[in-house]
Amino acid sequence: MFTTLQQWLSGWMWDWLAVLITLLIQAVVVILPIMIAVAYLTYAERKVIAYMQVRMGPNRVGPYGLLQPIADAVKLMFKEVVLPSQSNVYLFLIAPILAIAPAIAVWAVVPFAPGWVVTDIDAGVLYVLAVASITVYGVVVSGWASNSKYAFLGGLRSSAQKISYEIAMGFALVTVLMVADTMNLTKIVEGQQGGIWHWYLIPLLPMFVVYFISGVAETNRAPFDIAEGESEIVAGFHVEYSGMAFAVFFLAEYAMMILISYMTSIMFLGGWLSPFEGIPLLETLFAWVPPFFWLAAKVAFLLFVFLWFRATFPRYRYDQLMRLGWKVFIPLTIVWVFVVMLMHYFKVGPWFN
Amino acid sequence: MSFEQLVFYAFAAIAAFAGLMVITVRNPVKAALWLVLAFVSTAAVWILAEAEFLGLVLILVYVGAVLVLFLFVVMMLDINLAEMKEGFTRYLPIGVLVSLVVFGLIYMVVGPEHFGLEQFKPTEHGPDYSNTKEIAVPLYTQHAYAFVLAAVLLLVGIVAAIALTLRRRPPSEALYQDIDAQVRVRAEDRLTMVKIPAEVEPDLPENKEEEEGAK
Repeated sequence: MFTTLQQWLSGWMWDWLAVLITLLIQAVVVILPIMIAVAYLTYAERKVIAYMQVRMGPNRVGPYGLLQPIADAVKLMFKEVVLPSQSNVYLFLIAPILAIAPAIAVWAVVPFAPGWVVTDIDAGVLYVLAVASITVYGVVVSGWASNSKYAFLGGLRSSAQKISYEIAMGFALVTVLMVADTMNLTKIVEGQQGGIWHWYLIPLLPMFVVYFISGVAETNRAPFDIAEGESEIVAGFHVEYSGMAFAVFFLAEYAMMILISYMTSIMFLGGWLSPFEGIPLLETLFAWVPPFFWLAAKVAFLLFVFLWFRATFPRYRYDQLMRLGWKVFIPLTIVWVFVVMLMHYFKVGPWFN
Repeated sequence: MSFEQLVFYAFAAIAAFAGLMVITVRNPVKAALWLVLAFVSTAAVWILAEAEFLGLVLILVYVGAVLVLFLFVVMMLDINLAEMKEGFTRYLPIGVLVSLVVFGLIYMVVGPEHFGLEQFKPTEHGPDYSNTKEIAVPLYTQHAYAFVLAAVLLLVGIVAAIALTLRRRPPSEALYQDIDAQVRVRAEDRLTMVKIPAEVEPDLPENKEEEEGAK
């Protein structure tokens, strides 16, 4: 569809302008639904946590409080962005952009259904890992530019935490690559075809756990939200931000949550493949369900787990967090690389043949 | 102008500008951030040259890890800029001389007569050309020994870094967290359930002392 649009455009305008316009349209088509999903994820978070704590949650704006995220967004947009004195104004304002730009750029390679992908590149996994690693600058720069001790401590904590958990995450992805034999996200999903027992969840179960928990740590979510740590450092790196500048950090965090859920579903839970594949009666019964629905359902479940974690676990102490990353997850992933190697050698199960 | 050329010139200009800012900007934190920009735009240029693996690894390793640690250190330094600028005019002639010599050397090795599309025709690759595989096959076959040697070197570096920074002090000087003991702890170790018989206060007789005390 987009190639025909580009061809039609390049018929009567400059070549580069045609490409640029096509790229912009593609970006809007992907970013707009994600931003809407982010808005309603905040609503879902408040509702889910409220019900877990036997409260009602937002229920005033619109039916069941459904217009709450829109009201929040409008409120934040009209608030003043306060610039702290003695702060570095340029870096202070660039920091939220540094946080959100990678969180949006990653979606360029994420497939939503067969063929529903902006660019189907061969190094997809590496691209996601590389671009997601840039998000740390948003936190570090905001911490430094705010000229506030709390923000600075939050920035330092966050940078150390993200680097530590990125290693475990990268190794977990290495095992996925070893099973799938490709870095292309579409091909990784296609490799899991043939029923629920073909999903990489089964041979890589510990890696699934490591990847998802590292993802929680990467996005600075509870119980790993020591970068914010309300009880110790007020609100950490975004303590000096207000209005839309604060909202942008918020958007970036939630967009990264959705991304981690998408990546986990694609790499371990069979992406858009139906869980009833290969089961005689159920397969025909659910054949009408569009593939995107399955992916969305898996992502929604994982996002629910994110919120569930937040409502359940107390915040980790800093040294416990570092111990979990360096002394538990990284050795576990290295051991599992060798386990996968042996499984490869002995051609175990339906995954290696 | 094709779209690739537009992107190439944009990223090349950003990389050159950012590189210049790294060495001219005064604040070390800002210099490190300009270096990040230089790396990112260089990675983009590499990806345009069909070296997507190298480009992405550049971002992943240098931008995502090394420079964050770099910033980490630089942010905590308390640098006196005036002190650092001392003797600038004194060393300027030597600095200019050295930079000219280095520039001349680079010009001789990679000057315009060694470069350009005339000398090096870009090879056309098919759609299933994978840069990752092109790097991986020679790395693990032709250059396997050098690769292993580099790995051993890195291991020695890690061991040395840990050995240099490790200082175990006796427990009398510093408190250590014994996390294994903390994890192993159970509710019974910390908490004793005691059954205390309910104490029923006898009804107090109406007395005047209490009322007086309240006053």
